[in-house]
Amino acid sequence: MRGRVLVGAVVAALLLPLVPLLGWAVAGSWRYPDVVPGRLTRRGLDLVLDGEVVAATLTSLTIAVSVAVLACAIGLSAGRAIGLHRFRGRRLVQFLLLAPVIVPGLAVTLGIQVFFVRYGLSDTAVGVVLVQLMPTVPYAATLLGAAYANLDLDYERQARSLGAGPTRTFLTVTLPLLRPALVTTALLTFLISWSEYILTLLIGGGQVTTLPLLLFSAIGSSDRTAAAALGLLVVAPPVLIVLAVAGRLRGREQAWTGLARG
Amino acid sequence: MADPTTQASRLELRGLAARFGDVSAIESLDLTLEPGSFTALLGPSGCGKSTTLSMVAGLLAPSDGDVLLDGASLLGQPAERRPVSLVFQKPLLFPHLTIEQNVAYGLRARRAPDGSRGARGSRPGKAAVARQVAEMLERVRLGGLGSRRVGELSGGQEQRVSLARALVLRPRVLLLDEPFSQLDADLRGEMRRLVRELHDEFDLTTLFVTHDQEEAVELADRVALMLDGRLEGVAAPEAFYLDPPSLAAARFFGVTNELRGTVSAGSFRTADGALTVPTTARDGESILVVRPEALVLSATSEPHAVGGRVTTTRFAGSDVLVEAALTDGQSLRVRVPLGTRLAVGDSVCLELPPKRCTVFPQPAEEAS
Repeated sequence: MRGRVLVGAVVAALLLPLVPLLGWAVAGSWRYPDVVPGRLTRRGLDLVLDGEVVAATLTSLTIAVSVAVLACAIGLSAGRAIGLHRFRGRRLVQFLLLAPVIVPGLAVTLGIQVFFVRYGLSDTAVGVVLVQLMPTVPYAATLLGAAYANLDLDYERQARSLGAGPTRTFLTVTLPLLRPALVTTALLTFLISWSEYILTLLIGGGQVTTLPLLLFSAIGSSDRTAAAALGLLVVAPPVLIVLAVAGRLRGREQAWTGLARG
Repeated sequence: MADPTTQASRLELRGLAARFGDVSAIESLDLTLEPGSFTALLGPSGCGKSTTLSMVAGLLAPSDGDVLLDGASLLGQPAERRPVSLVFQKPLLFPHLTIEQNVAYGLRARRAPDGSRGARGSRPGKAAVARQVAEMLERVRLGGLGSRRVGELSGGQEQRVSLARALVLRPRVLLLDEPFSQLDADLRGEMRRLVRELHDEFDLTTLFVTHDQEEAVELADRVALMLDGRLEGVAAPEAFYLDPPSLAAARFFGVTNELRGTVSAGSFRTADGALTVPTTARDGESILVVRPEALVLSATSEPHAVGGRVTTTRFAGSDVLVEAALTDGQSLRVRVPLGTRLAVGDSVCLELPPKRCTVFPQPAEEAS
């Protein structure tokens, strides 16, 4: 049961920083040296249920899910090439795939933006999804490349020999075998997209409003209650994911093995 | 699905070759599997046996040659359409499916609307799939375990599931790639009997790859010995002991005697003329091969006999393995019954029955 205690402690440590945030979200005023807010307010809650925030949440969700799905799809094909084939220049390709993580995205985006404007992708959600592939695909390709390197291709050969065509083999055998890594990759890329600010601002041009954009403007206007309420909304998915992973950890260890392989 | 009473099929490999870049893995291989035959493709690891299976199964395109099933080429068909099932060394059960779902995998793939059913026959209904799966599991003595998950079975059970998964498709040719090599000895024997039973019952033509000569001769009607990407001989299992098709074949089957000598005028002679054995081999430097159990201890000097001195005796369970040095410095090993009184240094006379001796020309690279 020591394992369970450890998991509990880790989860508590992760959740602890949220407590002051929770306090600020409901505080009308909170002055030194009060331990609890002096006056409570509904304003934070009302703000979260406000039409603009709900719309931004939906936009963020749509973009993050799209980015996760696309990054997984690209990562699967790139990962297969990296993980399974020994070709000339493989290391170079691996490095180039990681380059967007090393080179500041901001610098690249400023250049890319010109093209996005030219192709009408600027100020659109599609453009934002595309630009967010930049910081996500490297991780997806690396994680799934490692998963492919561990994959026993004889499973695919066996499926073929049992009468399954290439597509069916991929869907019914390869994908299920890669599932742990795929789940990890989807969660990671979802989170990167969910909390992305600068790329969204640059390419979205203020027309594509996601939660981080609202959060930053609330922080900029020194509205602590609004910032805390929005902040809680922004950290909700990561927290939920941590809790879900912790829950699975107690049952099975797949989610972590997926991570460890990366 | 194919009618289970259909006649077995003939599989022919013609001039089959596999090259990877400049490396030639298999050099023009010709092999015919008669309908209903059980053939073992025997050879050390890395000799190209598994590559051969891959080419028959359609998982690897041959560089040259053809694979014919009942006279029709299989090469145009992708793996999933060939009426051939392959069982690998590992059970390779899909871990996300139950045992039942694993066995049903091929039947479902055949049912799939993407057209992959191909030459394997019409689409069975859901109820029919369930029935066939249950029957097949029963047949491999795993009845009632269908709802188990993959990790819950033993290695032997998993390999039987793998066998059921292949056989439920009623393949015309069953390909087995060292399917028992990861099991322990008891289980291997049991699996051999099961495979042989299923082969007979389903009227299959079976090609079985193994590196274990004991397994090959026990299981197969015919043994095809493969060394370095070439067939060294195809013959009934006994022939490899009684009349090996080549020197390399004799050596692969091990525990044999080799004597160097010369053939001239229809007889083999050792250098000092102490031994003469009649032979039909061509004249020239030669090697005579005879198995230790074929030699006979004789009291007096018979024809085709040679004198020697015992150098070692070793208890070998059911008999004693005796090694004797001949006058010309070569040596012979002979199996003698337990209780034979022989000690190191004793003089013996060994008779070599001509019928059990095979003479091969000495390979050029071994010339002394």
